[in-house]
Amino acid sequence: MDAAVTVTDLVVDRGRRRVLHGLSFAVPPGQVTGLLGPSGSGKSTLLRALVGVQVVRSGEVTVLGEPAGSTPLRSRVGYVTQAPSVYADLTVRENARFFAALYGVGAAAADRAVADVGLDDAAGQLVRDLSGGQMGRASLACALLAAPEVLVLDEPTVGLDPLLRVELWNQFHALAATGTTLLVSSHVMDEAGRCDRLLLLREGRLLADSTPAELRVRTGTDDLEEAFLRVVREQRTGVRA
Amino acid sequence: MTAIPTHARPHAAPGATTLAVTARVLRQLRHDPRTIVLLLVVPSLLLGLMDALWTGQPQVFDRVGLVMLAIFPFVVMFLVTSIAMLRERTSGTLERLLTTPLPRPALLLGYGAGFGLAAAVQAAVTTAVGFGLLGLETAGPLGWVVLIAMVDAVLGVALGLLCSAFARSEFQAVQFMPVVVLPQVFLCGLLVPREQMAGWLQAISDVLPLTYAVDALQEVGSSSAATGRMGLDLAVVAGGALLALVLAAATLRRRTS
Repeated sequence: MDAAVTVTDLVVDRGRRRVLHGLSFAVPPGQVTGLLGPSGSGKSTLLRALVGVQVVRSGEVTVLGEPAGSTPLRSRVGYVTQAPSVYADLTVRENARFFAALYGVGAAAADRAVADVGLDDAAGQLVRDLSGGQMGRASLACALLAAPEVLVLDEPTVGLDPLLRVELWNQFHALAATGTTLLVSSHVMDEAGRCDRLLLLREGRLLADSTPAELRVRTGTDDLEEAFLRVVREQRTGVRA
Repeated sequence: MTAIPTHARPHAAPGATTLAVTARVLRQLRHDPRTIVLLLVVPSLLLGLMDALWTGQPQVFDRVGLVMLAIFPFVVMFLVTSIAMLRERTSGTLERLLTTPLPRPALLLGYGAGFGLAAAVQAAVTTAVGFGLLGLETAGPLGWVVLIAMVDAVLGVALGLLCSAFARSEFQAVQFMPVVVLPQVFLCGLLVPREQMAGWLQAISDVLPLTYAVDALQEVGSSSAATGRMGLDLAVVAGGALLALVLAAATLRRRTS
């Protein structure tokens, strides 16, 4: 099967600083791919490039066979930004129904998505009165309602309690099982083990593109945090040699 | 939730996305009752203040008060819209909207319609208070006063949308008010009649859209029936609003650095 996302020699500058240094990788369809790396490594910039809102210096980004951000992709790719991007002065239900109208999917799909993220009871509440975790889930619901083929999630589990985090990851895998391609960024290495594939990003360079199992074997450790450190060291000595 | 094949994907009907934006803008207003009260009451209070100021000179109040009916909604809608759009930008919702099937012109038109509607209610209330309670008098039809005020408010919305593209913070957005709005108020013919202005000032006044809204209201003030000049003035203001919306759509970048 063709890759859902293909990135070739992607270079992005922000101001005078180079943020992404010629990345190339492919994301397989129907899997949860984790984009892992410390804060400031370029994760958000990369995800913005995938959804077509980032000015790109050079390189190519193809999603579902189309150039990233092109019109036909906008109903097929869902994007959830790092900060919850929903309207604080609307209720959860009003937010979901607004986004549903943009995708042309109707109010029923909106209400279903709100229930899917466990916000049924809070549907009538203003978003500004929700907790941070609930806001994040409201934001997620507004992407899920369109049943996108590719779902791009920027740090969706930040600030969630462990139980909710597990629930959300289960939901991601359930979506992948139905054929959705998920790209999930995180700076928490203990989430790496929950992904089908891993992209390790550091200072705008890709350190690894493999499954968690492959990474464990390559680095000789079961601890993915330690594995990340070993990959960083490996790269440094590689540069020196 | 299964992935839907492309050919079977639902699409919003043309115009439906614009309506969705309009409905959302109005819903946001509804959740903010204090803003609604401010929108509806403040222009009337200011008009009352002017009435008190010119108690002995009702003819001055008739002249200035009438023109104020165009200036209030213009200024207020400019401010409200540029802040609303800036909030959209800083909260990340704009970035998200740009990844959805919502076309950029539909976003701007939706905003224009939503705040335009709010402005219509504001104009109706202010006109009713001005003519009903404060004894404002005019020769021409009141319907035209409301219509001019409304189109003028849409102009304010359109300029607010355009200017918010150049503002990176609330501080900057608020500064655009004196830059964009005040020169139009100074040069519209209210403070100094246009005929008495220096040639170069008149030339600037000629290309500022608020001038035509004020001219239309002055027509209503002096002539008992609708004139061709009112229509022409109104068309210029509407054209200015449309131009500002087109420019706003052109400056609203999907990709940012």
